[in-house]
Amino acid sequence: MPRELPIDDLPDLARGAALLGAGGGGDPYIGLLLVRAELERGATITLLDPDEVDDDALVVASAFMGAPTVVIEKIPGGDEPVQALRSLERHLGRAADAIIPMECGGLNSMIPLLVAARTGLPMVDGDGMGRAFPELQMETFGVYGVSGSPIAICNERGHTALLDTGPDNHSMEWYARAVTVRMGGVAYIAEYPMTGAQVKRTAIPGTSSLALALGRVIRLAHDEHRDPFEALAGCLATTIYRFGHSLLEGKVVDVERRSADGFVRGSARIATFDGGRTVELTFQNEHLMAREGGRLLAVAPDLITVLDAETAFPITTEALRYGQRVRIFVIGTPEIMRTPEALAVFGPRAFGLDADWTPVEELVRIR
Amino acid sequence: MRIGIDVGGTNTDAALIDGRTVLAETKTATTEDVTSGIADALAALRAAAGHDPASVQGVMIGTTHFVNALVEGRDLAPTAAVRLGLPATRALPPMSGWPERLVRAVRGRSYLCHGGHEIDGRTISPLRRDELERAAEDIRRRGLRAVAVSSVYSPVNAEFEIEAAEILGALLPGVTISLSHLIGRMGLLERENATVVNAALGELAVRICAGLGATVAAAGIDAPLYLSQNDGTLMDVEHARRFPVSTFASGPTNSMRGAAFLSGSGDCAVVDVGGTTTDVGMLRNGFPHEAGTEISVAGIRTNFRMPDVLSIGLGGGSRVRTDPLRIGPDSVGYRLTREALVFGGDTLTCTDVAVAAGMADIGDARLVRGLDPELVAVVRERIGESIGAAVDRVRTSGATTTVVAVGGGSILVPDTLAGVGRVHRPEHHATANAIGAATAQIGGEVDRMCSVGPGQRQRLLDEAKQEAVGKAVAAGAAPGSVQIVDVDEVPLAYLPGNATRIRVKAAGDLVLTG
Repeated sequence: MPRELPIDDLPDLARGAALLGAGGGGDPYIGLLLVRAELERGATITLLDPDEVDDDALVVASAFMGAPTVVIEKIPGGDEPVQALRSLERHLGRAADAIIPMECGGLNSMIPLLVAARTGLPMVDGDGMGRAFPELQMETFGVYGVSGSPIAICNERGHTALLDTGPDNHSMEWYARAVTVRMGGVAYIAEYPMTGAQVKRTAIPGTSSLALALGRVIRLAHDEHRDPFEALAGCLATTIYRFGHSLLEGKVVDVERRSADGFVRGSARIATFDGGRTVELTFQNEHLMAREGGRLLAVAPDLITVLDAETAFPITTEALRYGQRVRIFVIGTPEIMRTPEALAVFGPRAFGLDADWTPVEELVRIR
Repeated sequence: MRIGIDVGGTNTDAALIDGRTVLAETKTATTEDVTSGIADALAALRAAAGHDPASVQGVMIGTTHFVNALVEGRDLAPTAAVRLGLPATRALPPMSGWPERLVRAVRGRSYLCHGGHEIDGRTISPLRRDELERAAEDIRRRGLRAVAVSSVYSPVNAEFEIEAAEILGALLPGVTISLSHLIGRMGLLERENATVVNAALGELAVRICAGLGATVAAAGIDAPLYLSQNDGTLMDVEHARRFPVSTFASGPTNSMRGAAFLSGSGDCAVVDVGGTTTDVGMLRNGFPHEAGTEISVAGIRTNFRMPDVLSIGLGGGSRVRTDPLRIGPDSVGYRLTREALVFGGDTLTCTDVAVAAGMADIGDARLVRGLDPELVAVVRERIGESIGAAVDRVRTSGATTTVVAVGGGSILVPDTLAGVGRVHRPEHHATANAIGAATAQIGGEVDRMCSVGPGQRQRLLDEAKQEAVGKAVAAGAAPGSVQIVDVDEVPLAYLPGNATRIRVKAAGDLVLTG
């Protein structure tokens, strides 16, 4: 049934979305403040399950794109994502019936909620990434045949770019990234216009609800002094993600970041407290790969997350700092993200990593 | 010999330390002006120890005065937040997410102006003098006495904050101006929050710091004077006057390090009960557990590195209201010796309850004989529950935790906390924060822009670390004791040569001479 999102659910949703961000996607906190301000002004948000969307409805994906480190410094003016949607609607000559998150992880869990609150459009409970990914073509929508373009890209000056690359989603990403860099490293987009039937076929269902459930599990475990990592694994076991596992607990001993091509790339090393083991994480906005020595421990699209060792609160790659005590927690991905077509778009080699994807539950078992 | 002084909301604690030996400790009342309380403490310490003031090699002062002012929402100057960043940032004006109570306490007004930088160094929009002049006019008309200036990407390029400060300063003589790039890191809201708080505390800081040096000198002490800051290291008085927000977590840090020093226990929960607040934190290997995620101070989000401490409004001076029963969060503070029942006043406080229950011998016990024994029992129980719940929230597992209780108000802590464990009170526990201040470390910091070529990062980092260690040693740290306590790199994207801002902080044990 269509349902209203209560304002009190926002902190849990944000926390769970930060977890699903796999270190990236940006801290949802700013998005939480933006959405809360709308709801406090009396706006409401209606959530729909994918199978509640009419087959011929027009559904548009809403998001910000760019470096999350920019968003925490250059906070949006607030109208950008709605302007992007309106601009795309004008181009299509048709009004949207619903919006859908492009990305359930990180700040992009909140941007579509902001649009839903400001426009009154319902939001589909599902997304195209099932986590956070750094590039626009890395969506199940595109993997299963939906064109990302036309796409509208908007910034705080009210400037809009419209790109139409036909079915070529890689080129859409390539040009959109260039526009985003020129717009100051962050921009707001409306993309993947699609029918309700396409949503049912290509979206990862229930990911907003999943974020809410995971965020709630972390909070309740903390309040009730249960092991939050066990609680997370228990919760994931009942979902389409099926698998969650603690890889290592230790201290951040080194973080290296560099910004290039509109992304923050880098690596972090986390050593056990006795110094006996060190895991190296490689990230491009999100954590992509965990290795110990030369051995692969987990690799995208499976989720690698870094959580506060005490509270299991997620820590984004931009908030990683020397000396933090953390736990590396890995999560498997749903089947829809593990097909050969999907791995061709967001498997390890799509990130330029010299590794083949092996399911994280198998890598963990090998240990 | 060194003297550590902790100025709490209620008591001023002092300790004279030689090496690892506590030679004397005193507890006197905090006074309204703070400094005369310090003079009293120094006199009491001299009376207790009989030392020659000239032989004191250093005085370290830790104070929760500034954070208490924020928690209680008092002594805050009416403050304007001027943000430079339009047309960006409009969706969340300054003080977004603050508790309404504190926005009112600082009479916070926000001014969104053009300015700010993009990550690639371009400006978002040029600074507009006319906007700042209009803001200044409004600030003057409203009688706001402090201004916090924040600009998008000011940690990378501070030119707009500096320019705006010059314009505003010329139009608003006598107004305290705090600039965000000097206070916080990347993250506009968090940096701006800390800057607004710093500005609001500016007048109080001027009052407090002005008297400190004179007070110490008047006591015949000719030695360097330090204040302790959030990370447990020391700063000089001039720095503290400009950055009172840097003292925010010094109370908890000092009391936790003092508790470690006194109890010899490196792994425990520390409950520090002062006159106004109770701070609860976890100690691991002798160092406070640092918060891994964002830190809220009085409900305001900041991005300092601080110990993960839970603060509740409960202390010896907390007011007890009976209808309905409510304990704190406000405190009579330094007015305890005038306003508490046991001192002949007419305000019921936690101290009165402790005296009536026979847990403490303070003031005149006869004055609380008339208290309803049932009320006394209920208040004691409620206090135990509050502290137990606080320990419960900071501890890391459901297993029994060793609890070390320190601070003058620790008489309020029951011997056993239900569901948590037994409570230890080490010798000298009442002045643990003064002892923690006396044993605080001295730091050295490097903050510079580097062009990081391929393969050069490690060398540049090592150089910065070496230099920070060198600065710590130059500031008086024992060379063998210096460790790197913080490393922060901010890459400046899209600029040629991979320009990066590198900040490194080192700290070690202070060696005193003379």
